[in-house]
Amino acid sequence: MFFLLATVAIAAALGMLIARNPVSSALWLVLNLFCIAGLYLTLNASFIGVIQILVYAGAIMVLFLFVIMLLNLSALPELRSLDWARIAGFTVGLALLSQLLYVVALQFDLGGEPATSATAAEVGSAATLGEILFTRYALHLQVAGILLLAATVGAVLLAQRRFE
Amino acid sequence: MDVALNWYLALSAVLFTIGTLGVLFRRNAIVVLMSVELMLNAVNLTLVAFSQSMGDPSGQMLVFFTIAVAAAEAAVGLAIVIAIFRSKVTVDITEINLFKH
Repeated sequence: MFFLLATVAIAAALGMLIARNPVSSALWLVLNLFCIAGLYLTLNASFIGVIQILVYAGAIMVLFLFVIMLLNLSALPELRSLDWARIAGFTVGLALLSQLLYVVALQFDLGGEPATSATAAEVGSAATLGEILFTRYALHLQVAGILLLAATVGAVLLAQRRFE
Repeated sequence: MDVALNWYLALSAVLFTIGTLGVLFRRNAIVVLMSVELMLNAVNLTLVAFSQSMGDPSGQMLVFFTIAVAAAEAAVGLAIVIAIFRSKVTVDITEINLFKH
């Protein structure tokens, strides 16, 4: 199950990277987000998995698609000749990937460790997370609420039509 | 079937790299923002995998707040894209060089 979801997730991410049309790019990203939500469920993290589908694949991606269709972009010509910037970016990307995989493979000696501990289903449940969210992380929750309010006001201010 | 933790970390590394390449390569500002969301998701996957492996719910709380911040970031970023589109009628990031000159 993990390998199926992981393959689809990587394929969807690559599809997002190379799709010419922004709308199909967004739809590939939605598929990728659903696969990551499935991976959360294989980890027994049920609460985060449901939140991922509701907030990311639901709300945020609808916002992206709404803006793409609001701006009415015709498929932009994305083809660019093979210049130094593209080669440098590809090199940076390969270096980043090899570095990350090297750290994963060698620095942490976790090869045999199972991804889910014995209490994983209990840890990932909404009851456990809700309990510590409203006790130990209550202040963080308030700050996150203020941040979202500020972001909403800022977005409205930025996007409203200027009077000239 | 129990998959080792390393596989989740390797998948997260691959997804993060694809997101980075998206930020570096694509010229559409909206697709660049979507690539940033992909990178945030890769990091979230790492956090959840470690949290479940260690049996500590704090990592999943961090993911919860990361999703909230990502929502705020998407809203403000898209508002900026709309504002730029109003004035310059493009979302090509190579055309948006206000501070260059």
